[in-house]
Amino acid sequence: MAATREKADGAEGAGGERRPGRGRLVSGPGMLLVWLYGVMVVGAVSRSAVQISTDFDRAPLAYSLSAVAGVVYGFITYSLVRGGESARRAALACCVAELAGVLLVGTWTLVEPSAFPDATVWSDFGMGYLFIPVLLPLSAIRWLRGAGAAETASV
Amino acid sequence: MLDVLTWVTGVAALLLAAWCGWSASRDEPTKDWHFIGMAVVTVLALAQLVVGIVQLARGEKPDQGTTIFVAYLLGALACVPVAGFMSLAERTRWGSVTVAAGGAVLAVLEVRLYDIWGG
Repeated sequence: MAATREKADGAEGAGGERRPGRGRLVSGPGMLLVWLYGVMVVGAVSRSAVQISTDFDRAPLAYSLSAVAGVVYGFITYSLVRGGESARRAALACCVAELAGVLLVGTWTLVEPSAFPDATVWSDFGMGYLFIPVLLPLSAIRWLRGAGAAETASV
Repeated sequence: MLDVLTWVTGVAALLLAAWCGWSASRDEPTKDWHFIGMAVVTVLALAQLVVGIVQLARGEKPDQGTTIFVAYLLGALACVPVAGFMSLAERTRWGSVTVAAGGAVLAVLEVRLYDIWGG
């Protein structure tokens, strides 16, 4: 979480003065998204780091998937903080991939629980995380599409 | 001692979340009073960290492992201040929503801490 904040400061410093609405993705609801994604980064990365380093053989698939989820969350957080059109597109693509991942892994864990001796971040559609993993990409996609529309309108 | 602190911090975090959510619904950014509330919750989390480490030093073992316990204590401590800083950068109702989400996350962390310690 601290790293997220440093990046936020860095992005603002590099961008010079604050230009609202011009490719800035962390204004308004975007700030909430950065916070939630930041929490998920810390959650997924630290969880998989502990599990992989201490007990990898117990559920290699589940722990690897958690690590992948952490990396995806990290990239989306970084893109949101960086802002700009290409970051917006990249984040949008990742959110779609994230949503697909949540749906796939969520279904997979329900259909074939034996493949998962331990839970992943995305098990049962993220039930262990209050369904945030499935709600987050939906809100992020909506926000990023909206940000794109505003950008096109202001040009 | 630790269980009591976990409960108190969790309830305080929920109150903070409700308060900031209410402010957000009135279209207000976080103000001085909100930051005082965040400071109170953060002091509770800090006390929890200190008490937790003292318990560990006394040789007590958390049910689910010392590493996870300490990681959650640190996460609980960082949670609300980080959300508070983000609300400083976002002087709209969305800053309040972010702090409300921070309070909710902290409440979840407290529930997990309770399980990890084995209360």
